[in-house]
Amino acid sequence: METIKKGSWVRIYDVVLKSTERSPNLPEDTKKVPLEMWNKGFLQKDAEIGDRVTVKTLTNRLVEGKLLEENPTYTHSFGKFVPEILPIGRQLKDILRGGEEDA
Amino acid sequence: MHKDTSYEAVMSRRGEIMKKAVGIDYGSFELAGVAFDYEQMMRKTGYSLEQVQKIQRSTGVGNTPLLELKNLTALARKFSPKGKGARIFIKDEASNPSGSYKARRASTSVYHAKKNGYKGVIAATSGNYGAAVASQAAMHGLETIVIQECYDSRGVGQPEIIEKARKCEAYGAEVVQLTVGPELFYTFLTTLEDTGYFNASLYTPFGIAGVETLGYEIAMDFRELEGKDPDAVICTNAGGGNLTGTARGLIKAGAENTRIIGASVDLSGLHMASDTEFNRKSFTTGHTGFGMPYATWPDRTDVPRSAARPLRYMDEYYLVSQGEVFFMTEALAQIEGLERGPAGNTSLAVAFSLAQEMDEDQTIVVQETEYTGAGKHLQPQLSFARENGIEIFRGNPQEEIPGKNIILPSHPELIKVRPVDLKKMKTSYVKNTVKKNAIEQFSQDEMVFLQEEVKLDKVKLEAILKDLSIKY
Repeated sequence: METIKKGSWVRIYDVVLKSTERSPNLPEDTKKVPLEMWNKGFLQKDAEIGDRVTVKTLTNRLVEGKLLEENPTYTHSFGKFVPEILPIGRQLKDILRGGEEDA
Repeated sequence: MHKDTSYEAVMSRRGEIMKKAVGIDYGSFELAGVAFDYEQMMRKTGYSLEQVQKIQRSTGVGNTPLLELKNLTALARKFSPKGKGARIFIKDEASNPSGSYKARRASTSVYHAKKNGYKGVIAATSGNYGAAVASQAAMHGLETIVIQECYDSRGVGQPEIIEKARKCEAYGAEVVQLTVGPELFYTFLTTLEDTGYFNASLYTPFGIAGVETLGYEIAMDFRELEGKDPDAVICTNAGGGNLTGTARGLIKAGAENTRIIGASVDLSGLHMASDTEFNRKSFTTGHTGFGMPYATWPDRTDVPRSAARPLRYMDEYYLVSQGEVFFMTEALAQIEGLERGPAGNTSLAVAFSLAQEMDEDQTIVVQETEYTGAGKHLQPQLSFARENGIEIFRGNPQEEIPGKNIILPSHPELIKVRPVDLKKMKTSYVKNTVKKNAIEQFSQDEMVFLQEEVKLDKVKLEAILKDLSIKY
């Protein structure tokens, strides 16, 4: 496996509380799963994906966790096209112009 | 020496950690029994309106445009009885430095943290508040940590929250992302303890004083534009701070006859701490999952006494569906040329419906908009809902079932707000007070406090207590 170099910008994962350590006042589904955490920082030692590592975060805190990825990328987007939205604008303009909408 | 970081040990240090991280001695405002001196707390620990205005001017916060929505008003009038159809205005709060009114709420907290020598600030929020704190902190040269509830146990995140994390990082903040659950508070406490940073809580007097300028500006802008006060101001309501701050600002401007109206997205039936229901909702704020519990028990927040107490100010409260808000978001872009984020348009949907019942010479101000972008827009939010098994179709929004479907109105005429029974909410508030404090009888001083808390005269409060068989 490829080694990720010390100083690289990485994303880590950790379990904060195991399901048995969680608050007693939770819905049944949430009670069954752990409280998990993700954070990002600069890798403190060379490591491989999946290793337990320490990172220095943007506020210079040292945080431990499992190494997930190097150079984490934002992948959120405008999603898949939702065709139900398209007719709304045309319908409103038709109503404002005084005609009957055909949307 | 290492401190015990077990859940129980950290929670038991809660009071001590918070006192250090907020710097307010809440005990000094406590009165006999359940009462505390709210106004004294706001005066002693908050900032005056003039001070807040000065702080906000120096960081480019506030003085946002007040725009008349002439086309939406014209549209509403198409469905109004003769002589009805109030004019709708909007305060374009997306023009604030971080893209929402939350810049106001963050400005005083971050200023206060800087003045008191804190090196950084921490906020527990999945909303626009994180970016607001990070933006203000960047201006003041402070560090920021934002703690978000973001993912379900599959590691699937709400697109809106992921975008908000990106925005926080854009301002240089560290973002800690968690799965669903109220133990976010545990991580929040350990991080405060670990760093010694200031808790930029949404619910301190600093935060609420920061919002007062919004209400004040609305009154001043409106008088300049129309020579009178608006008949109604509509505030999207979640934790209650938006409505509380705005109402206080309007009162400080002397706009005492303006109706203060709350608006929330109806998410009834969905449990906010449920792992499997987390991604079955399409609004992460401005909804009943926060609006109801926080109004009926304000002191459930991270500070001992919340400065956000919406029942003190709310005259009316209405619910709208997710589909109605998404529809109005599209309408705002298509016929008003303003592309803004969906959550901020909750109050707009309420305004569109209420305008049809109000006289045409009356006026309504929608008091916010928020920024939009990838993830935080009706297109990705609806696309995400569909991927999570939610049915999306055009139809009658009154038939929407949260967590099952989102019904985009097939016609704008179908947008109809549902009034919330405020008497019922006020009764819940009293019930919660009785339960949390094991009350057997309220003293006269407590009665005066309760009247203020739920905005009722003595006779009406007594009627509620009689119904609940509580002595006074």
